[in-house]
Amino acid sequence: MSKVRVLAGTRKGAFVMESDGKRERWNISGPHFAGFELYHVKGSPADPNRLYASQSSSWFGQLIQRSNDGGKTWETVGNKFVYDGVPGTHQWYDGTPHPWEFKRVWHLEPSLTDPDTVYAGVEDAAMFKSTDGGQTWEELSGLRGHGSGSSWAPGAGGMCLHTILLDPSNPQRMFIAISAAGAFRTDDAGKTWKPINRGLHSQTMPDPDAEVGHCVHRIAMHRSRTNTLFMQKHWDVLRTDNAGELWKEVSGNLPTDFGFVIDVHAHEPETIYVIPIKSDGEHFVPEAKLRVYRSRTGGNEWEALTKGLPQSDCYVNVLRDAMAIDSLDKCGVYFGTTGGQVYASADAGDTWAPIVRDLPAVLSVEVQTLP
Amino acid sequence: MIRVVLPAHLRTLAHVDGEVMLAVEGPVTQRSVLDALEARYPMLSGTLRDHITKQRRPFVRFFACEEDLSHESPDAPLPEAVANGTEPFLVVGAIAGG
Repeated sequence: MSKVRVLAGTRKGAFVMESDGKRERWNISGPHFAGFELYHVKGSPADPNRLYASQSSSWFGQLIQRSNDGGKTWETVGNKFVYDGVPGTHQWYDGTPHPWEFKRVWHLEPSLTDPDTVYAGVEDAAMFKSTDGGQTWEELSGLRGHGSGSSWAPGAGGMCLHTILLDPSNPQRMFIAISAAGAFRTDDAGKTWKPINRGLHSQTMPDPDAEVGHCVHRIAMHRSRTNTLFMQKHWDVLRTDNAGELWKEVSGNLPTDFGFVIDVHAHEPETIYVIPIKSDGEHFVPEAKLRVYRSRTGGNEWEALTKGLPQSDCYVNVLRDAMAIDSLDKCGVYFGTTGGQVYASADAGDTWAPIVRDLPAVLSVEVQTLP
Repeated sequence: MIRVVLPAHLRTLAHVDGEVMLAVEGPVTQRSVLDALEARYPMLSGTLRDHITKQRRPFVRFFACEEDLSHESPDAPLPEAVANGTEPFLVVGAIAGG
């Protein structure tokens, strides 16, 4: 019978949760790296026992951890992230130039085919690649060298490259997203990049339709339809069907279109999930109700999924890397909250139950479907 | 031998209990002690000082003999009591909440 392994990064450590295919009873281990912020933990699709974790603290900086046994033991690997050349400046919050400074790794994306190849999305925004299992890192500097970097600016969480999507049908193609610069695409394995933000409209910018500067919170893709992407922007939920050449809004009947996470059903490319958050000034769920919204039509028409989720007195947020979907026949959906709950649905969102309720604030959730 | 006391998180990271004992060649300075520390425990590289500039991380401080040595030159000699092993070199995480 298949199993699943959920990897949760929190403000004070990482947790590994395993269950059989029923996804009812869970074995939880952790905290791993207790006391550190774990922005992201993710497994290699090519070797599910190979995990990578981004461990950081204000005191001791960035560390990268690697496991070869599914999270039972870990080893510290390379943490030397050095920008290629003179990094230059980006915009500060007030629009003045500010020097590029490495702060932390937000997202680790292992290669689809090689367990030793892994990409890192970092703050201040840049993309790094390792081909030796995380021991050494080299910047894919074509992204920062695109020419628009001086107009990128930090969102409230910092100027982070937080999403990396690898196209399973084309190893030369990747999509990334940066807060607050927007989405970018490479068609040559990271040498050159193109901003793909046409159709985005952001009132927080002097030119709401500018090529770059948009605060994209998350993008998601179904592996069978890689020209279609879904986006949760600061405000607005959008989709593109031409690999980012043009986006259109699909917020439809959502109670608010502010939010962080967005993800796609494992077997239904037009079924997508978001968790609306009240506003950019009130980072908690609207009406004190924790509701996942599902669209079976690729957006515009949304239904609230509430069974098993708190429907009163709830004031949590769900951060951008904190939703994941397994690939069992009836796909599981998982998300973690800033209140420390990790919820699971074993029926594609119809019903929910907590795996655990009282972790430190959850920063990221990933899931591996294991044989 | 130079005695170094690490904060709890770095002891965990380096898989050590209690004080670290280091042999340091030549003058005993912050730089030579940290070089020896990082050589013996490579996982600590980058946690106390920048990989490239070697500047102390802002939330890390260095104490010895009841003195704050954080702002001394990294090449200044450490107190004799540290050099001869009577007193430890203390690496301290700044009190900053969290």
